[in-house]
Amino acid sequence: MPREDTYLEWRAHLADLTDEELEARFWELTRQVVAPLVELARTHTSPSIERSVLMRMGVDSLTCKAVVAELEKRGLLGHGAGHVVWHCMQAWQCPAPEAARRLAAGEGWDLVAAKWGGAA
Amino acid sequence: MSARDERPAVAGGEPQPVQGYPPLRRDEKIDIPKLLEGIEHYRPRRRGWTWRERVPNQRLYKFEYHETSRCLRQSVPLPAAHYFDNIDPQPDCVITTEIASGRFEDDIRRMRMAAWHGADHIMVIRTAGQSHMDGLLEGTPEGVGGIAVTRKQVRATRKALDLIEDEVGRPINFHSYVSGVAGPEMAVMFAEEGVNGAHQDPQYNVLYRNINMYRSFVDAAVAKRVMASAGMLQIDGAHNANATAVEAWKVMPELLVQHAINCAYSEAVGMPKELIALSTVPPDAAPAPCMRMDLPYAVALRDLFRGYKFRAQQNTRYMEADGRDATVSHVMNLMISRLTSADVQSTITPDEGRNVPWHYNNVAAVNTARQSLVGMDGLREMVKIDREAPELKAKVRELKERAVLFLEGMLRDGGYFAAVEQAYFVDSGIYPETHDDGIARKADGGVAAGTIVERAPDYMAPVCHHFGDNHLPEGYGEGEGERRPCELIGGCTLCDPDKVPFIDELDPEDNVNVRLERTRELREKGLIKPEVEWFGDGWLVVTMFLPAPLRVAEFAALEFGKMMNLQDCEVINRQVMHPAEGTLIEMKGRLDAVVDPATLVIPPEPEVLTDEEIKAFVAERKVKCVAATVGEDEHSVGMREIIDIKHGGLEKWGFACEYLGTSVPVEKVLDAAIEHAAQVVLISTIITHGDVHRENMQKLADLAVEKGVRDRLLLISGGTQVTDELARSWGMDAGFGRGTKGIHVASFIVRAMRERGL
Repeated sequence: MPREDTYLEWRAHLADLTDEELEARFWELTRQVVAPLVELARTHTSPSIERSVLMRMGVDSLTCKAVVAELEKRGLLGHGAGHVVWHCMQAWQCPAPEAARRLAAGEGWDLVAAKWGGAA
Repeated sequence: MSARDERPAVAGGEPQPVQGYPPLRRDEKIDIPKLLEGIEHYRPRRRGWTWRERVPNQRLYKFEYHETSRCLRQSVPLPAAHYFDNIDPQPDCVITTEIASGRFEDDIRRMRMAAWHGADHIMVIRTAGQSHMDGLLEGTPEGVGGIAVTRKQVRATRKALDLIEDEVGRPINFHSYVSGVAGPEMAVMFAEEGVNGAHQDPQYNVLYRNINMYRSFVDAAVAKRVMASAGMLQIDGAHNANATAVEAWKVMPELLVQHAINCAYSEAVGMPKELIALSTVPPDAAPAPCMRMDLPYAVALRDLFRGYKFRAQQNTRYMEADGRDATVSHVMNLMISRLTSADVQSTITPDEGRNVPWHYNNVAAVNTARQSLVGMDGLREMVKIDREAPELKAKVRELKERAVLFLEGMLRDGGYFAAVEQAYFVDSGIYPETHDDGIARKADGGVAAGTIVERAPDYMAPVCHHFGDNHLPEGYGEGEGERRPCELIGGCTLCDPDKVPFIDELDPEDNVNVRLERTRELREKGLIKPEVEWFGDGWLVVTMFLPAPLRVAEFAALEFGKMMNLQDCEVINRQVMHPAEGTLIEMKGRLDAVVDPATLVIPPEPEVLTDEEIKAFVAERKVKCVAATVGEDEHSVGMREIIDIKHGGLEKWGFACEYLGTSVPVEKVLDAAIEHAAQVVLISTIITHGDVHRENMQKLADLAVEKGVRDRLLLISGGTQVTDELARSWGMDAGFGRGTKGIHVASFIVRAMRERGL
C-alpha cells in the first residue's frame, strides 16, 4: 500500500536523541537486522561454497563442478565436498586433485556410500 | 611526457621483475602473444590492496601541495603542465577507471594508457550473464558489454599490470566482481591470482540480478572471508540503487541502510573495517540544484560510517550522450569528494551515456579526476562545510532519522528477507513515504532458489579461511595454537600457490588466439587503422555542425557518412544549436582502410634553440623585424601571437618588432624594412580564392630583388594554411602554418642568420 510521507509523525521518538545516540541506534538496529543473516550463513552451505572448498584443495573448476553436482544429486552436500574428497584421499593415499578426478570419473562412490549412505 | 627520477614501484624496494617478459619500453607496444607465453606458470607478485603513498607538503616546481602522493616514474602530465616544468602531481586518493571491452587483449593496452594518465585502480566489468552462471568460466571467450572473467583472463591482465606498474612506478590495484551465483569461487580464484579488490554485496545479487536471497547471503559470507584473507578491498553495491531510482534524491535514506547492512555483515563474517569501502554517488545532477541536495547526504554518510573507506563514484543516473555535460557533472561530484573525503575516486567515462566506453574516454575521465583533485588541492583548509548552516544541519539529521525509521520498519515487518519480499528497496518514495513500486523478490524465488543446504553435524572443509561451522579434527582450526586446517591435505592454494591449477582454452573458436590471428597482419606489418575499442576496429567519430533542424541534420549526417566512405554510420550525439539555424552532430562510422607508416613522408620536427641561446644572439646582433598582415586581410591575431611578448612571441627574446598593422600593401612592408634597417620581414596572410596569398609572397620577393635588398633580408610568411614548402616555392625563406609558436620562428631566424652570415 502506498503511504504518504509520515516522517514528522514517526520521528517523534527520535526527536530527543543526540546525534551520537541516533547514530548508535542506527548501528544497533543494523546489527539486529544482520544477526539472523549471519546465523543462516554459519549453518548452511551451497554448491558454490563447496566448489570453492575443492578449489582451495587444488582441484580444477571442471572437476569441482562434476563432484559437487554428484554430491547434490545424492543429497550429501551437507557433509562438505572437501570432507568427501578428504575421505577418499585417505582411502587411496593420493593428493586431493587426484581423488577429486577419480570421483568425477565415477570411482569411489562406494566408499562414500559406506560412510554417509546413498547409492554406491 | 615527463620522465621523473627512477624510484621503486613498491615501498621498501624494487619488486621482482616480471618473469618471462622484459621491462616495457616507452616506445614499444605491449606484445600480447609474448605476454601469453608461459601464462600457465605465472604467479602474482603480491596480494592485497595498496594505497597511494602520501607526501605531506610536497614541493613540485614552484608550488606546495597538501593532498598529493608520490609522483610517477613516467606519465603523460595534464595539458598545461608544460608551463610548469612538466610536473604531474598525483592526488592522494586512488583513482579508478573501469575497462571492459569484451576482449582482454585490447583492454590491457587501454589499461596502460590509463595508468600513464594516473589511474591506479583498474576495474573490469563482467560480460552480460556471467553473474547467473553457477560456476567458473575458463579460457578467453569474447564478452558482451564486459569481459568473460576467467582465470586466464585475470592472470594475463595481472601479468600485464605488473609490467605496467613497473613502467609507471606505482602499484596498480586490479579489481572485478565477487557477485553472482559463483561468488565464493570467484573470491578464491581472485585471491589465488592476485586480484586486489572486488565488488561484493549480496544485496546487489538480490535486487538487481534476482538471485535467490538465501543463496546470496550464504555465499557472501564465505566469499567475504576469502577476500579478507587476501587483503582485498571490498566495494559494496549500494550505488546501483541510485542509478535505478525513479527520483534519485529520494533513495538516500535507503542507501544508508544498504551500506550499513553490507558493512555490518562483512565485519560479522571476519572482514576488517579498513578493507570495507562504501560505494557512494552524489545522487543528483544539474539542472537540479544538485550540490546543495547532495552535500547533506555526503556528510550524513561520512558521519555514520566513520572508520570505513569511501569509494566516491560519479553520477550515471542523469547522464546523457553529451560528453561535456557529463564532464561538468563529474567535476561537481569531485568537488563533493574534495569538500568531504574520498579514499578511492572512481571515474565514469564521458561517453558512457552513448556506448561501451572507448579508449580515449577512459583517459578523459581519469584526467577529469586528476585535474580537478589537483586543482582543488588543500581547498578544504580555506573552504569548509558549514555544519551549522540550518538547511545542511536539518537535512543531515533528517536523513539519519529516516534511515533509522527504515531499519525499525524492517525489523517490525520481519527482518531483511521479509522486507525485500515487501518491496522495501528502491521505492520511489523517500522513506517512510512509499509509492509501493520498489523491487520485490520472493524468498523462495530467483536464480538458484532452493540450492542452499544445511550443514550436517559432521560438516567439514579441510581448507583455510572458511566461514561457518566446520567440524575439523581435534587440534585443527584457525584459533591460536591450532594446526592450519589445510595441513590435513598437505596445504591449500591460499597457503601454497604451487597448488593452483590452470585450464587453458575450452572453446577452439572463441578464444584470444583466434582473435589475434585476425589482426596478425596489421600488428606484424605495423599498419595503422583507427580504433576505439579493439585493435583494427576501424571506428572513428565525425563532428559536424549542420545548418538544419534536428531530424534533418541527423539524416543529412548519415548521407555525409556515406560520401566519406564510412560504414555502419550512427549518430551518437545531437544537440540543437537553434531549432532552425542548426544542429551539432557527432556521428560514428567505420573506416575500412589502413595507412602504412613506411609510406608516409613526415617532415622532421622543427628544432628549437634554447631561450638563452636565442637571447644571446639577438642581443649581440640587435635583430630587428618588420611585421604586417598583407593583402585585404584584417586579421591580426596570428601575427600578434608570433611577436607579442605576452603570447611568448619574438619580443620575449629581445627581437625589436615593428608591427605595421593589417591590410598593408607589400611595397609598404619592404619600404619599412629598409627604413628600419630590419633583418627580418614577417608577413601574415590567409589563403584566398584569388591566389592573392601567392601573389603577395612572390611580389615581396621580387621587390626585394629589384631594390637590391634580398640578400640581407629574411622573408618569412605565416598563416593557418601556409606550408613551408609552398612559401619557399614562392620566394620566401620560410613559411609557418597552423600551430606555429614564437620559439619556432625565433629558432629559424637565428639559425638562418648564422648560416647566411647576416
